[in-house]
Amino acid sequence: MHPARSLILFTSLSGLGFGVLAWLGLGTPAVTGWVAFVFYLIAFGLAGGGLVASTFHLGRRERALKAFTQWQSSWLSREAWLAVAAMATMGLFALGAVFFGQHWQPLGWLGAVLSLATVFATSMIYAQLKTVPRWNMPLTPVLFLSLSIAGGALLSGEIGPAILFLCVAGALTLAHWTLGDRRFAQSGTTMETATGLGPIGQVRAFEPPHTGTNYLMREMVFRIGRKHSLKLRVMGFGLMVLLPVLILLLPFHHALAAVAVLSHVAGLFITRWLFFAEAEHVVGLYYGAHDKTSDPIA
Amino acid sequence: MTQLPEKTERKLGLVIDLDTCVGCHACVISCKGWNTENYGAPLSDQDPYGADPSGTFLNRVHSYEVQPETGAPQLVHFPKSCLHCEDAPCVTVCPTGASYKRVEDGIVLVNESDCIGCGLCAWACPYGAREMDAAEGVMKKCTLCVDRIYNENLAEEDRVPACVRTCPSGARHFGDLDDPDSAVSQLVAARGGIDLMPEQGTKPVNKYLPPRPKDRLDEVDVLAPYLEPVAEDPRGFLGWLDRTLDRL
Repeated sequence: MHPARSLILFTSLSGLGFGVLAWLGLGTPAVTGWVAFVFYLIAFGLAGGGLVASTFHLGRRERALKAFTQWQSSWLSREAWLAVAAMATMGLFALGAVFFGQHWQPLGWLGAVLSLATVFATSMIYAQLKTVPRWNMPLTPVLFLSLSIAGGALLSGEIGPAILFLCVAGALTLAHWTLGDRRFAQSGTTMETATGLGPIGQVRAFEPPHTGTNYLMREMVFRIGRKHSLKLRVMGFGLMVLLPVLILLLPFHHALAAVAVLSHVAGLFITRWLFFAEAEHVVGLYYGAHDKTSDPIA
Repeated sequence: MTQLPEKTERKLGLVIDLDTCVGCHACVISCKGWNTENYGAPLSDQDPYGADPSGTFLNRVHSYEVQPETGAPQLVHFPKSCLHCEDAPCVTVCPTGASYKRVEDGIVLVNESDCIGCGLCAWACPYGAREMDAAEGVMKKCTLCVDRIYNENLAEEDRVPACVRTCPSGARHFGDLDDPDSAVSQLVAARGGIDLMPEQGTKPVNKYLPPRPKDRLDEVDVLAPYLEPVAEDPRGFLGWLDRTLDRL
């Protein structure tokens, strides 16, 4: 799949932002006044910024509000509702913390649940797609949630939980790569089932429908960069998990904590880029992807 | 409304005969010609006369080579457009309600004034039937020429999708696949019509008729009897030569 910058920014930043909001809603850290103001500014900036980035992916941004109408069937629509509900609830909770020095705790718990529900809905936009076998597994929402919780803990300065959840998210990232690598073959969709010509024999793409490229190939038959996938996985994993965990194990220092956060975000961008770039859509089969005899678009 | 209807009154769709398609791409051209100037936004092209042309098409013809276990490989031309699936995954993912499946005839359509161009429906479609128009920013797809098939301003023989009307080899058929007595249903039954990617669970309405088995000529070689060895056990000078050469 084409790793669109808007979608990488949207999923990573809003995931982080809602992760921080979830921790704040649970009252860890229980901040008030100006400190709370800074925490909420960062959290809302990330969550809101991510959502704004997502609208840059749209062909018709001026109609974005129509996306709220189909919550009964569409995960994208549910994501929009949950994001607004989470931000509104946490906004009220933040009001109490910043201006009144109060923690209206039931509101915070509700806000935390809604924040994580938003991340779950975001992940389901991808996990629901049978056409992208690498995404279409229960591990996808689990991975998104664990990364959001880990990143949220790191940004809220909860060192113990941050170490724990970074390790969990790291293990899930490795699991998602390992299982994901086998998913396309497991899906059972091949050039033979795509064309229905399997009963005759082995199918090879002979001629594409056109001499140039098209929307489908740009969007869903993305191939550049997969050859660097191992290097990028090592870099992403090191920056997102290993380095922050090592830094957190050292005696606490604000400058070091900032390095840990920056490293985590950089690693998150890399692994999220891979999440899109490595995902293969079954439509690629019509264009000769996974061709057993040759690989015209490799 | 992006929830799928429980049942549609009819299942209008196409039957595509892979045995007769000659790969001329006339259906691609007539589709683009009709649909760029009728229903919805035009089908735009980018850099059409330049070095890197691309554009929006609702129907494309691939060509595949199939290698049977024995014998020569076969070339199969493969037109592909929206299959108007019963369980259309493109419809349920739509956040705005722009994508819908009609109850009266099962056609899957996009209400372009509601489409925000998020592209999720194109991701959900396993067949690559939906293409985002780069100029308009909305999703385009086959309408089954909904503005032809019910159009009483057209002569009756023209009230079929443009691709079906134009196909010079009769490889495309249009009709109600819900009615077992319709010509298309009978064709599917007679020729063993198949679904594409059945494992994706989309239940496509459009069917493909697989290529018929190739005829095989019996091995008749009129010269064979004259090429048989004249003598299995050579004698005389040839016998001596044969034995001498064997000894070398």
